[in-house]
Amino acid sequence: MARDTGDPGMDKTPKVKRQRRKKTKENKTRTVHANILYDHAKGEENPNRHYANNKIKTTKYTVLSFLPKNLFEQFHRFANVYFVFIALLNFVPVVNAFQPELALAPVVFILSVTAIKDLWEDYRRHRSDKEINHMDCLVFSRAERRYVEKYWKEVRVGDFIRLRCNEILPADVLLLSTSDPDRLCHIETATLDGETNLKQRQVVRSFFDLDCDFDPLKYSSIIECEKPNNDLNRFRGYIIHRSGRRDALYKENLLLRGCTIRNTEEAVGIVIYAGHETKAMLNNNGPRYKRSKLERQMNVDVFWCVIILLVMCLFAAVGHGLWMFQYGDKRPVFDVLSPEGTDLSPIMSAIYLFLTMIIVFQVLIPISLFVSIEIVKICQVYFIHQDMELYDEETDSHLQCRALNITEDLGQMQYIFSDKTGTLTENKMVFRRCTVAGVEYSHDANARRLAMYQEMDSEEEECTSHGGTLPRRDSVASHQSAKVVLRSQSTKSHRRTGSRAEAKRASILSKHTAFSSPMEKDITPDPQLLDKVNECSSQMEFMRFHSQPASHLPSDLADIIDFFIALTICNTVVVSSPNQPRQKVRMRFELKSPVKTIEDFIKRFTPSRLTSGSNSSSSSSLITNRSSNKGCASMLSSPSAESTLTKLDEEKHSGSLQHAFSPMPPCYDGKAWNVEEGELRYEAESPDEAALVYAARAYKCSLVGRLPDQVTVELPHLGKLSFELLHTLGFDSTRKRMSVVVRHPLTDQITVYTKGADSVIMDLIKPPDTGNSKGKRQKKIVSRTQNYLNLYAADGLRTLCIAKKIMSKEQYACWLQRHLEAETAIQGREELLFDSALRLETNLHLLGATGIEDRLQDGVPETIASLRQAGLQIWVLTGDKQETAVNIAYACKLLDPEEEILTLNADSQEACALLLEESLHYIQAKFLCSSSDQSTKAFHNNFVPFDIYSSSSPSSSSSSHTAPFTVHRLGLVIDGRTLAYALDKSLEDKFLAVARSCRSVLCCRSTPLQKSMVVKLVRNKLKVMTLAIGDGANDVSMIQVADVGVGISGQEGMQAVMASDFALPRFRYLQKLLLVHGHWCYSRLANMILYFFYKNAMFVALIFWYQFYCGFSGSAMIDQWYLIFFNLMFSAFPQLVTGTLDKDVSAETLQQLPQLYVNGQNSEEYKPYMFWMNMIDAFYQSLICFFIPYFAYADSDVDLFTWGTPITTLALFTILVHLGIETKTWTWMNWLCISFSIALFFTVALCYNASCPTCYTPSNPYWTMQRLLKDPLFYLLCIITPIAALLPRYFYRACQGTLFPSPVQVGRQLDKLPAETRRNILSLSRVKVGSPLSPKPLFLSLGTPSTTDCSKKDQRGFPSSKTTQGPVLQTEQQGQRRGPTDSERGLSDLYTLVPTEIDTLPYTKDAPQLSEEPQPPPTKDSECLENSLEASDLSLSSWITSTPLLPQTDSIHLNLPPDGGSHCVRYTRDLEEKLKSAAQRSEQETEQEKEQSLHISL
Amino acid sequence: MMATSYSAKDEDGQITVSGGGGGSLRSRKPENTAFKQQRLPAWQPILTAGTVLPAFFIIGLIFIPIGIGLYVTSNNIKEFEIDYTGVDTSSPCFNCSQSFSWNSSRPCTCTIPFYLEQPYEGNVYMYYGLSNFYQNHRRYVKSRDDSQLHGDMDSLLEPSKECEPYAKHDNKPIAPCGAIANSMFNDTLELFFNDPNGTKVQIPLANTGIAWFTDKYVKFKNPGGDNANLTAVFQGTTKPVNWRKPVYELDKNTSNNGFINEDFIVWMRTAALPTFRKLYRTIKDSKMVPTLPRGNYTLEVVYNYPVRSFEGRKRMILSTISWMGGKNPFLGIAYLTVGSVCFFLGVVLLVVHHKCGNRNNSADISN
Repeated sequence: MARDTGDPGMDKTPKVKRQRRKKTKENKTRTVHANILYDHAKGEENPNRHYANNKIKTTKYTVLSFLPKNLFEQFHRFANVYFVFIALLNFVPVVNAFQPELALAPVVFILSVTAIKDLWEDYRRHRSDKEINHMDCLVFSRAERRYVEKYWKEVRVGDFIRLRCNEILPADVLLLSTSDPDRLCHIETATLDGETNLKQRQVVRSFFDLDCDFDPLKYSSIIECEKPNNDLNRFRGYIIHRSGRRDALYKENLLLRGCTIRNTEEAVGIVIYAGHETKAMLNNNGPRYKRSKLERQMNVDVFWCVIILLVMCLFAAVGHGLWMFQYGDKRPVFDVLSPEGTDLSPIMSAIYLFLTMIIVFQVLIPISLFVSIEIVKICQVYFIHQDMELYDEETDSHLQCRALNITEDLGQMQYIFSDKTGTLTENKMVFRRCTVAGVEYSHDANARRLAMYQEMDSEEEECTSHGGTLPRRDSVASHQSAKVVLRSQSTKSHRRTGSRAEAKRASILSKHTAFSSPMEKDITPDPQLLDKVNECSSQMEFMRFHSQPASHLPSDLADIIDFFIALTICNTVVVSSPNQPRQKVRMRFELKSPVKTIEDFIKRFTPSRLTSGSNSSSSSSLITNRSSNKGCASMLSSPSAESTLTKLDEEKHSGSLQHAFSPMPPCYDGKAWNVEEGELRYEAESPDEAALVYAARAYKCSLVGRLPDQVTVELPHLGKLSFELLHTLGFDSTRKRMSVVVRHPLTDQITVYTKGADSVIMDLIKPPDTGNSKGKRQKKIVSRTQNYLNLYAADGLRTLCIAKKIMSKEQYACWLQRHLEAETAIQGREELLFDSALRLETNLHLLGATGIEDRLQDGVPETIASLRQAGLQIWVLTGDKQETAVNIAYACKLLDPEEEILTLNADSQEACALLLEESLHYIQAKFLCSSSDQSTKAFHNNFVPFDIYSSSSPSSSSSSHTAPFTVHRLGLVIDGRTLAYALDKSLEDKFLAVARSCRSVLCCRSTPLQKSMVVKLVRNKLKVMTLAIGDGANDVSMIQVADVGVGISGQEGMQAVMASDFALPRFRYLQKLLLVHGHWCYSRLANMILYFFYKNAMFVALIFWYQFYCGFSGSAMIDQWYLIFFNLMFSAFPQLVTGTLDKDVSAETLQQLPQLYVNGQNSEEYKPYMFWMNMIDAFYQSLICFFIPYFAYADSDVDLFTWGTPITTLALFTILVHLGIETKTWTWMNWLCISFSIALFFTVALCYNASCPTCYTPSNPYWTMQRLLKDPLFYLLCIITPIAALLPRYFYRACQGTLFPSPVQVGRQLDKLPAETRRNILSLSRVKVGSPLSPKPLFLSLGTPSTTDCSKKDQRGFPSSKTTQGPVLQTEQQGQRRGPTDSERGLSDLYTLVPTEIDTLPYTKDAPQLSEEPQPPPTKDSECLENSLEASDLSLSSWITSTPLLPQTDSIHLNLPPDGGSHCVRYTRDLEEKLKSAAQRSEQETEQEKEQSLHISL
Repeated sequence: MMATSYSAKDEDGQITVSGGGGGSLRSRKPENTAFKQQRLPAWQPILTAGTVLPAFFIIGLIFIPIGIGLYVTSNNIKEFEIDYTGVDTSSPCFNCSQSFSWNSSRPCTCTIPFYLEQPYEGNVYMYYGLSNFYQNHRRYVKSRDDSQLHGDMDSLLEPSKECEPYAKHDNKPIAPCGAIANSMFNDTLELFFNDPNGTKVQIPLANTGIAWFTDKYVKFKNPGGDNANLTAVFQGTTKPVNWRKPVYELDKNTSNNGFINEDFIVWMRTAALPTFRKLYRTIKDSKMVPTLPRGNYTLEVVYNYPVRSFEGRKRMILSTISWMGGKNPFLGIAYLTVGSVCFFLGVVLLVVHHKCGNRNNSADISN
């Protein structure tokens, strides 16, 4: 048709123009025409001319604009403006202090350093822009009627481009045609979101059936879509064909710039967004700039410096006024008139002098500080990057610092907010067990298998650590490097989980698939369930042969088969074959689109067709269909397209049914079957999807193919079944479920399979009709399933419920009608679709539930333990359900079996308020008032470090509870709904009051928004430093809100990493990042900043003292060159080296003694008083440096600058030696730098003093230095002055080191010890954390208690202390031996592990006793649960115990009846476990289960 | 690889394209070098009483002898000072001091007798000292033109702006310009030895060799090069307002005249502190042992320089010097003090170390 028009541009333009005009009025959409139509009407006529072209320019500057723009940007910084102001002030003759040109030097220097940095960065961007702009791609040329190579930058909106396999997309392209017979195009979006699995993109529907090659010349449609935006997951629009028909466009049709085409030989599309308007580019926000706490603190002190400066200037000005005044009218000969010859009054002189002094004292505001800090931070980032221990060999990735300017914040964290899944856990989902139709299949063999992996894992780790590096990479030859790395990445991830041999095998097999380690794939089926599946399918086969309706199947068996079908198809897993990487298995039987129109639906589902469809027709129909289609030129140009479609539909449909019953010989012997199926690889978007599919495959229910319109499943006995996929309602976090609508090939019913979070699904279950037996059974299933779900959750498994629903055709038609409306809406489509999904997912029939295990990452418990020792409060915010979260929390040592758990579940605002109130009372009653209680005391003793920490953290003034909060041995668990109430303005203070007195807080079922609100609340109200760590998109908001956001570059994509300040490969690296690098960065920078203040103050004060001897005239004895370059050159380098390399404590000690981290949390390196101490020291030192030369040269014939030069030299020496005192580690770099500084000063001075006899007015220092070097007095001064100046500081440091060493100093002393001794000492203090399942926490307190305390405690005796004799003996002896010498606090006090260990050991010793108590087996447990369920009318009051509050209560659950009828809070106590606060995990669990069941029963 | 390199570089807003493929398989594992892993060998001093003890004692032991030496040296220097300002009515110069004017037409002379109790051996230096004279005042210090003093003809006729308001007088450039030159000390001091036999012997005072060598021969130059006729060279300029005679009449000796007059050069080197002395003359070791014998002397002052307006004082100082310069006991005392303090602190630390340091040092920990 397009060809008919011949010259389409001519007759179309007016119409198009009209349309454009209309669109611009709306201005909400973008209209894209094919450029091909306007080839000759370049420029003016092209409707696409307003859209950005594909040339990208990320540079900020051009050659011309660089200078003004860069300067403009730099002047946004206040400090720069200040310094420029001062420099300009120098040009005013009355006030000038220096040679004006010279005064500009520092500012110009600083500005140019920054400018050069910016320029270099910009140049890098420019080069990379150029490289990208000059990449090639194929663009259709109308003139040549073929695709020609063009540069990326020449691509324009409306161009047709052809992409070949492995090409990178140059722009956002609407997919119009692919070589793939399914009309699919696979892309890899790793560059956008880091997800390594392939994504399918579909050809626009109108071009779907276009079987022949797409011809751009025939294209004549107009595309209307949204304005460019940065939402990667949204694309809305429609395409208007010439016929006027509209087709909706989805994100599935859009190929995004930066993605790579995979597995598709060729694809053709039209450019929609180009260049900077592509979604990828719009998503690039660049790095974030945060201001660290240290810098904020520093800015306060800079402000103080300004005040000091002003005071000094004011003082000088007043002094000058008075000095002038004393002479009265008799103007002395040395008081020179102003250049104009006018006589200034004392007041005017004072005012001018004030300005002059500002110039002279400008150094007090450290101009180079800002630059130095930036340099030091860049170096620090470099070192963090280079740390081998933060490098993950398995993923070949290391830590990334994305925010360059908050490294020191890492050393000051107080709260950590962590995501659970993927952060604490591997995010490797392993199918553990399931329940179907109310029957539990425990999968014991599977559990054993997993345990085995665990063992092998640890073995292998040892292996690795001994044997050095493994041969890491398999040399897979591949056409693209990027691809290879991706593959090897997944390869490596297997090695972590399997044994080495197995890993090797796995790597060969599965090198192309994510989420497919052998642990995840090889599920051992439960024999009982397997039998049932076999039985079921054989029955079905039997029935099929006897053409019985499937409904005759016993309902439990039907549920089982439905359950597995649901597992298999209710997902978005893509199947591929490993032999041909990423090559889809072609299980293609038909060609059909999903139901898209009502007519389509009616056509498809007319009864006649259905009946006819059941007859098998010739299998060759497909081929004929395709061949018949071959001839068509364009589906739109063909007037009979619709009818063809209908025809096709019919034929195809019959084909599908035919295939559904294709006589595929079912093969029972597992071997042959395995060989075939084992080759299939599943690529899932989320790991639990894959886990479920693999689980189903273990039951011979395997997914063999997935197309947009059908899913093929192979069932035992039945062979391959093709499910016609009518709809897929994807997973979203609000619905928390996904559904597929399929037509069941056996029953031919329209079936909805839904899979989702149990909390959601359970509410959607059709209320069972209690009238008949079936309904009763259903009810029982639901309740049983619920019990098992609780059990699973208690085991820390992730639970998913599977449900189905059978719809009648009418229902479906009705729903479809509205759904289609929703789909085609442009505005509010999301909401409409959401509503539509809600309408569908109701009245479900519960099939069963699955439990998926998510293993903890390596080293998580250890990391958490040591982070906690470091005084960090760790909150876990997870979307998981409460029970799962609690159990993971136990497993990773976040919650301690010994500690009480405060669980807050409320259903209303009032209830929540009451709960919080009660909890507060409880905490106060228990911990604040009952100090006489022994156990409480022990707790307190145990938590001295936390005590210190929390009392020193500023208590928020707004908090209604201003009592000092100590962190108790309490855990707080709160669910999302309660959290929502608690986060309310009225309750947040109370919530915080409760939460902050708990040692760990666990927020379950929290939404991303809640996560960020919690972080924000804690951060703002408690004024603490917060760190958020997470790996998924749901953590992004939290990561952004926190002071430091850390992303785990895990399996869930890159969103978290993109939003983060630091990206870690594994959670456990957080330990070194915080404890070592954070500590170092903080202490280095803090010391450097303090030193800077000191240095500048000291130097400036010299001039200030001089004012007393020059009539406050603003004169300086230091040559202005020295004055200006002192900071920039002579004293600049040593502090940079120290700021970069100084290590106060070695990395090993820092990691082994996490307590040292408290140093940074309390800002102990840089407290406000330290600034003032430094200032006082600076003033003292400058007094010494001024007055020793003063008296040494008093009443001599020394001239101004011959006297000033020694002072400069002395100041330099003093400053350097001061740095030396503060330097903790002296490497050759430090020596070099200090000698370099001194050498530089003398060289410059000598050269400067010899260079020109008359150039440097007014100082005119010709030959000064040379003469000084001949003067013995100079050397005598150089020796005595620095020593006298630094004597107090040196003495103080020595005394401090001996009398009251800070923990850090003790750590340093520890470093000095021989390795052997140190190891012995540390091994005493180190917290040995066992396997995740054996909780044995030992807490190491930092300050007190002393050994006398300890011995008292021993005398007092613990109930079980007798049993602890053995292990404690040794430590006790040590304690006693050390006892006598320990009259004061010191090293051994610091590591008073001895008493604390005694405190905690009894508990662990108690464990065996307690475990002797019969543990209710699961079945028994569930029975009892059932009982409680049956008694659902159980009166609430029977649960209310009026037990008085006992401090020893082990576990306190605060629950409110959900109906909110009686607002009483009950403290339920489990009588068994009260008296000793010993606890055991399993007991805790069972109690929770009971609690949970109670909750449900209510 | 794509993903990670993308995120590493994304601050540039770029999609990184890994082109070519080959070679980019290199592991990103950081190098295991001491520098990159921050394991450089280092000396880690720990400041505790025990470790710093030796330093304190060593400093004490070194400083105390130095201090004694310096003190003794300083005490051996002989110095005599006489204030001739004439504030007191009884002072011989009281009359002269009443004149506040710079340009009083008649020179006022006063004679001050004094007695040297000790003979002065070796070279004796004669200084004049001024007190309360702020030669270091900011505007004063700047008020000079170095290029003019360097003999630059242009600057001679067009003095720099720094000299304002002492750059021109009656539209003629001032040579030398500026406030420093303008306020040059112009008293004349003469020393007579009153022989016990009653004769007044004038002591020869050398007026050269008192300035820095580099000043005289490098920094200061008369304009016109070697032209001996300074009058002609300074043609067109005028003398500083306060001066009595032009610059080319400062001395008869052409090598000490004009800008290279050493009294002038000495004056131009502005003093650091408001109380200062400047070398006026040297009394060379005349082989007549001693240079200045014990006895009565007379100082004859041509009193020109007014200091009363700013409460200033004028002194004449006679001094011998040692290797460490003039008489100044301060440094010796300072060394003694610092040395003693160090020693004392060392003792304190020793006590501290013995009382508290025991359990902290490494020996104890290793037990």
